[in-house]
Amino acid sequence: MDETRILLANVDDPSQINIDTAISKGAYKAIEKALGKMPPQEVTDIVTNSGLRGRGGAGFVTGKKWGFLPKDTEIRYLVCNCDESEPGTFKDRLLVEKDPHLLIEGMILASYAIKSRLSFIYCRGEYFQAFTILQKAIDDAKAKGFLGENILGSGYSLDIIVHPGAGAYIAGEETAQLNSLEGYRATPRLKPPFPAVAGLYSKPTIVNNVETLCNVVSIVNNGAEWFRSRGTEKSAGTKIFQVSGHVQRPGCFEFPLGTPLSMILEAAGGMLPGRSLKAFYPGGSSCSLLTKKHIDIPMDFESLEQAKTALGTASIIVMDDSTDMVQVAHRLMQFYQNESCGKCTPCREGTRWVVQILERIKNQKGTVPDLKTIEQVCKSMAETSFCPLAVGAAPPILSAMREFPEEFQKYIDQNPAHERLPPMRIAYPYIDPVNSSFYVSDRYDR
Amino acid sequence: MLSEEIKNTILDLQKRYPVKRSALIPSLHIAQHEVGYLPEEVQKEIADLFELPTTEVMAIVAFYDMFHDKPVGKHHIHVCKNISCMLRGCDSLLQKLCHKLDIEPGGTTNDGEFTVIPSECLGACDRAPMFIVDDEVVGPIKEEDLDAILQQAKKGHGHPSPVKRGQHG
Repeated sequence: MDETRILLANVDDPSQINIDTAISKGAYKAIEKALGKMPPQEVTDIVTNSGLRGRGGAGFVTGKKWGFLPKDTEIRYLVCNCDESEPGTFKDRLLVEKDPHLLIEGMILASYAIKSRLSFIYCRGEYFQAFTILQKAIDDAKAKGFLGENILGSGYSLDIIVHPGAGAYIAGEETAQLNSLEGYRATPRLKPPFPAVAGLYSKPTIVNNVETLCNVVSIVNNGAEWFRSRGTEKSAGTKIFQVSGHVQRPGCFEFPLGTPLSMILEAAGGMLPGRSLKAFYPGGSSCSLLTKKHIDIPMDFESLEQAKTALGTASIIVMDDSTDMVQVAHRLMQFYQNESCGKCTPCREGTRWVVQILERIKNQKGTVPDLKTIEQVCKSMAETSFCPLAVGAAPPILSAMREFPEEFQKYIDQNPAHERLPPMRIAYPYIDPVNSSFYVSDRYDR
Repeated sequence: MLSEEIKNTILDLQKRYPVKRSALIPSLHIAQHEVGYLPEEVQKEIADLFELPTTEVMAIVAFYDMFHDKPVGKHHIHVCKNISCMLRGCDSLLQKLCHKLDIEPGGTTNDGEFTVIPSECLGACDRAPMFIVDDEVVGPIKEEDLDAILQQAKKGHGHPSPVKRGQHG
């Protein structure tokens, strides 16, 4: 099946980053249609009726999110989340580097709908080219009167600032991103209050992903019904699926939501020669993996939820029969450990403990009870952590252990002493200096 | 250590934001681009420009991976080691690169030309295994490409920064 390219319609044209080319292909038509002619609420209503769900991972209904803003506030902000860092995800880079005006137009529409007069693009620090391209696109849009004071005579004014990150996965979490944008460490904030009530500088703020905002352009141009005509009832529209790993042609492919995985893999050229599919993460690394029996699963929010995993960022990481699942689990947990911001103990310590245990297993020093310990630490860290980072760190590891227990067992069997050893301590436990016994001390009973 | 010109750029940048502290991270990028890294002296100068205690700036520099408070090489080679690149052989590539430069991962060559930084997913998995060499994405990389990549890198300015003086606003 051929791709349905709406968001990616123009990414193959290297001149699309020039504003004149973009305009000749229809860019900025939607703002002519909307600004000053539709009340902001009408734009929000169209987006709500389209059923557009956030493309950054959580899949929250975009129009509904906009609707959470308090009605009576003067200052509101829109922040575009371009801090793309989920392993396996590379769609936002493609969109902003190849078709930046699509994002700018989407942001103008969204800012108009939520009545923001100053909006931000939080661009990942390592996206050097993207930052330069976005800055130029904004300057060009200003020169043409699409940004600035009184846009196209509509009476509406907007400025956009591109803001660089500096290397922190957690800055992709919306409240951590707001802290970073305010010049602090990217650590998440307690919710509620949600950003829609108290976000950037404590003002009502909407944070939307790049791909989400890009979708707004065609929705305003063509209407909610048109958007809903693709995808499924609960997952409307098209989605950029990113395929990486052991496939012949890794890349971005746009299909309606609900397209079977097999079809997307086919677009990516199928598996490498002579190899077969073993497992895949369907939505970046922060979800449970699926195996080859799910080859025909419809790639949409509800089907993946039913399969106890998630669409996430629709980043399909494909692993063939040569993949060592213990190595995969270890590498991914190292990632979460590195990126844990350190604010809360379950995540900071939990990710480190699991890395230590997996390291032991990999080095043939593991024992059978170690597997139980990983499970317990993963579960308690996911249940008690402050933000979604640790919630996302558990499923990729637990699912690998569930689906491929024999691979973990094989490493453990290589430890000659594994049956005699007690479970090893995962960190130095607290030792009561008086009673030399930890955790239980009769001193506390008095 | 910071030139008057850079200081003025930073002061201008502060005015762009509703609250000036928001300009802190871009300012650190600009300073690092100019000086090569962020020694305590520079952090203090920036703290003064923001009317913040130096410790506040140090806390930011320590938190974010892209800021360096110790000297680093002129050219940065970010080697992605996350899952998609791992599946396509980044581990042996990293090993070969470090061997070629005679450094450990994370180390800097004696001549101060290169620092190799093993990195988490850099968002170009379609080009795995990939590097970001200074400010450019390179990939997919084969072992035999390494020499050419290093040669090419030497031609650039180095000390990569997403935001440079005069570019912002």
